[in-house]
Amino acid sequence: MSVAAVSKSPLADGEIQLSVKGVSKRFGGVRAVDSIDLDVRKGEILSVIGPNGAGKTSLLNMISGFYQPDTGSVTFEGHNITNARPSQIATYGVARTFQNIALFRGMTVLDNLMLGRHVHMKAGVLSSFIYWGLAQKEEIRNRARVEEIIDFLKLQDLRKQPTGSLAYGLQKRVELGRALALDPKVLLLDEPMGGMNQDEKEDMARYILDVNEEWGVTVVLIEHDMGVVMDISDEVVVLEQGRRIAGGTPDAVQRNPEVIRAYLGTSKSKGAV
Amino acid sequence: MDFDFTFFALLMTNGVLIGLMYSLIALGFVLVYKATDAINFAQGEFVMMAGYLAVLGAFGVNFWLGLIVSVLGMAAFGFVLERVMLRPLIGRPVVAVIMATIGLAAVLRGIWPMLVGVDTYNITLPISDEPIELGPLLLQPVQLFGAGVALAFLAGFTWFFLKSRMGVAMRAVADNQQVAMAMGINVERYFALAWAMAGLVAALGGVVWSSMLGVDTHLALIGLKVFPVVILGGLDSIVGAIVGGLIIGVVESVAAGYLDPYVGGGTKDFAPYVLMILVLMFKPYGIFGKRKIERV
Repeated sequence: MSVAAVSKSPLADGEIQLSVKGVSKRFGGVRAVDSIDLDVRKGEILSVIGPNGAGKTSLLNMISGFYQPDTGSVTFEGHNITNARPSQIATYGVARTFQNIALFRGMTVLDNLMLGRHVHMKAGVLSSFIYWGLAQKEEIRNRARVEEIIDFLKLQDLRKQPTGSLAYGLQKRVELGRALALDPKVLLLDEPMGGMNQDEKEDMARYILDVNEEWGVTVVLIEHDMGVVMDISDEVVVLEQGRRIAGGTPDAVQRNPEVIRAYLGTSKSKGAV
Repeated sequence: MDFDFTFFALLMTNGVLIGLMYSLIALGFVLVYKATDAINFAQGEFVMMAGYLAVLGAFGVNFWLGLIVSVLGMAAFGFVLERVMLRPLIGRPVVAVIMATIGLAAVLRGIWPMLVGVDTYNITLPISDEPIELGPLLLQPVQLFGAGVALAFLAGFTWFFLKSRMGVAMRAVADNQQVAMAMGINVERYFALAWAMAGLVAALGGVVWSSMLGVDTHLALIGLKVFPVVILGGLDSIVGAIVGGLIIGVVESVAAGYLDPYVGGGTKDFAPYVLMILVLMFKPYGIFGKRKIERV
C-alpha cells in the first residue's frame, strides 16, 4: 500500500499519556473485557485489533467514559478518568469517532464541526445577550479553527451540505473532522475505514498519519484492515475474547504465533491487503 | 345562503390570533420533547400554575411584577422539576415519564385550589380593552397582544435553535445523546435548560390566556389543545407547532362560526380532534415531524 509508515522509532520512550490498568467489564455472563492493560505513549499511533467480539469497542467505550469498568482504572495525563462522565473526558482532550456513522443528520457539515468546538466555547445564553461582542469574537475565533480543519480534510465545497446527503466515505471524513475540532490530545478512532473502498481507505490513512505527525495528536485506532494497521501503527495490541494476547511493534505482532493462530492466520488467507 | 365575506374574514382572523397563542403553549411541549424525548402531559397545568403565580405576584396592583414573578417562578419550577422528578427517570421506558407527568398534572390541579381557593382570579393587561377597528373587522386588543407575544417568542426560539451555540447544542442532544456527550456537551444541563424554557414559555402563555379566560383550574384544559396542535405539526418541530397552532385555531373558529348555530354549540372543542384523527390516519408523524417517534 502506498501509505508507508514513516520511520519513527517504534515504541519510543515517549511518556505514557493514557494508561488503562486491569480494566474489566461484564455484560450479563459475558466477559466483554477481561483485565486489560494498555499504555498509550504520547505521539504514537496505537492500533487495537482482534476478531469481532474481542472487546475492542468496549475498551474504547471505557476510555471515553461511556461504560464504567467493573474493575481497574483509566488514567489520562494525571487525571483519573475511570468513572468520569463522557463530557468531562472530552474536555480533558480525548475525542472519539463511532463505529457507525454518528453525525448529526439534520445539520450541515459546518454545524457538525462547530459542535466539535463546543468545549472551547464558553458563552452561555445570558452572557451572549449581555456581551454580544464577546460571543461574536468567540464564534469567529472558533470558526477560523474549523476552517483550518475544513481545508485540511478538503471539505471546502461541502460546508453547507446536510451531512445526511453525503457519500459514506465523506461522512466518515466529516466525523473525523468533528473529532479534530475538539483539538484533542488523544483521538480514539473506531473503525474509521469500515465499509470504505480502497481509495477512500488510503485517503483516510493519509489523514490519520498527517494528524499524528503534523499536529502531534496521539491516535488509538481500531481497524480490521491489516494492511493499513501494519503500515501506519507504531504499536499494535491484539485482543481475543476480552483478553490481551499480544502487543508490540507491527513486525513483532505479525510474527507472534499466538496472534497468527487467533487472528491473522484466518484473515491473511482471505487476502489481507 | 349568501356567503358573508366579512363574517368569514372575522372567523379567520380570530382563528389566526388564537392559533398563535396555541402555538406558544405547544412550543413548551415541543421544546421538552425535542431535547429530552419526554412527553409532558402537564403542559396545561404549567399554564394554570403560571396564571396563579402571575395573580399572586401582581398583588392585585402591578401586572408587570406578576409577569416577572410568573416567568422566573415557572423557569425555576421547570429547572427543579427536571432535577428531582425527571432526571431519575432517564433511561427508563417512555411510559414511566408519561405516567410521572400525568401524576404531576393531577397534583398541580389539586394543590393550587388548596393553596389559593377555588375562586376565579382575573388578570388585567395594562392595555386598553377598546376593540381595534381594522376595516370591517373588530379585533380584541387582548388577542392582538397575545398573538404578538406568541409571535415574538416563536421567532426568538427559532433563532435560538438555528443560530445560537446553545440552541445548536440542544439540537445535537436531541439528535443523539451519546455523540453529544462525546463532543463534551453536558447533556443533563441541556435537559434542565429545556424544562426551564418550557416553564418560561408556559408563563408567557399562562399570562396571555389568563387575561382572556381568568385563572382557575379550568385554565389547565388549554393543555388539551396542545395535542391536536403538536400531532398536526409533529412532536419535535417548532415550525410544526406554529403551523399546527394556526390550523387548529382557524379550524376551531370557522367550525364554531358555521356549525354551532346548527348543532347548538361545542364544535370548537371537538373539531380539532376530528382533524387530529384524520391527520393521524394519513400522516402519522405530523406535517413536519421526523419519522421514527414513539406514539403515545
